[in-house]
Amino acid sequence: MAQLKLPANSRMTEGKTWPAKGATGEVRRFRVYRWNPDDEANPVVDTYELDMDECGPMVLDALIKIKNEIDPTLTFRRSCREGICGSCAMNIDGTNTLACTKACSDVDGDVKIYPLPHMPVVKDLVPDLTHFYAQYASIKPWIQTQTPAPPDRERLQSPEDQSKINQPSACILCACCSTSCPSYWWNGDRYLGPAVLLQAYRWIVDSRDEATGDRLDALEDPFKLYRCHTIMNCTNTCPKGLNPAKAIAEIKKLMVARR
Amino acid sequence: MHTKQRPLSPHLQVYRPQLTSAMSICHRISGVALSVGTLLLTYWLVAAAAGPEAYARAQSVLGGFFGSLILFAFTGALFYHLCNGIRHLMWDAGYGFNIPTVYRSGYAVMIAAAVLTVLVWLLALLFGGS
Repeated sequence: MAQLKLPANSRMTEGKTWPAKGATGEVRRFRVYRWNPDDEANPVVDTYELDMDECGPMVLDALIKIKNEIDPTLTFRRSCREGICGSCAMNIDGTNTLACTKACSDVDGDVKIYPLPHMPVVKDLVPDLTHFYAQYASIKPWIQTQTPAPPDRERLQSPEDQSKINQPSACILCACCSTSCPSYWWNGDRYLGPAVLLQAYRWIVDSRDEATGDRLDALEDPFKLYRCHTIMNCTNTCPKGLNPAKAIAEIKKLMVARR
Repeated sequence: MHTKQRPLSPHLQVYRPQLTSAMSICHRISGVALSVGTLLLTYWLVAAAAGPEAYARAQSVLGGFFGSLILFAFTGALFYHLCNGIRHLMWDAGYGFNIPTVYRSGYAVMIAAAVLTVLVWLLALLFGGS
């Protein structure tokens, strides 16, 4: 059953405000979720004021500036700063996206930053993705074959067959889509969620893979696949412009077609 | 360590309401409303079968201002659920998954449901007698 309210230990209160000192340019407020495992307190939302003339354009630039110059205790994941590693996935201005590719100028008013929704928080903006990765491993995201590989070359694929896996292969597993999905919020323990199902689809339609039947068998379950109700938050939020909702629909169609 | 006491990150509290999720939850709510509304319909039929007095009472309940309001909401829920159900059928067939299409079909469903609801009530009030 859906637990709509946050548990008592998860409810947020107002935190500290860090005013901009001696700002000459436009000042913007960044409202950032904070939780420290080392004290007993509930999460708070801290407010940082930044002089935008002194700050890079992206939300990640702002977070790095806060960490470097204002509050070194602020904790978040980041790596590539160009939208290919998926580390800095978080909830910005109400939707999930990558902090490194989201421009501050695309946000009206205060820039509100929370961790990916409905996840256990390790610290501040860092969610615990253990379960998400375990679900990914459960769909066996590698090629499975019976026939031996050609001795003198790779397993080849036509450009048409390749085009089927082009889009799903571009997924960076940032978990923006899965954690935007209300179905995943309420049933994430058993529902695989859009990101993992997009990857399941990527292997199901790969012309070189020979375990298609087993893969579909593994998804034939009231929860793993069929908790998708085509809410479409996943496709709406994907920072890479992919379409997990369509991939899930295609899996459902394959389930019917093979009956 | 502290894994047991880890807080749950905010979800409904912070996620921006948008057409995608709003129309989905309305589909669920209208479905529940239709189930309840069907009970009302059953009451009306049972009353009709039970005799003229029971029927007259049912007519006065459903024909009153409050009853009409409920019937109007019931009609709205019916047409919303019907139109959005057709949208879901298209999705189940694999069509209409691009976000611009999702928004266009979403607005189309809302407009169609509103127009059909008003149309049915206009026709009923014009030609339905008392």
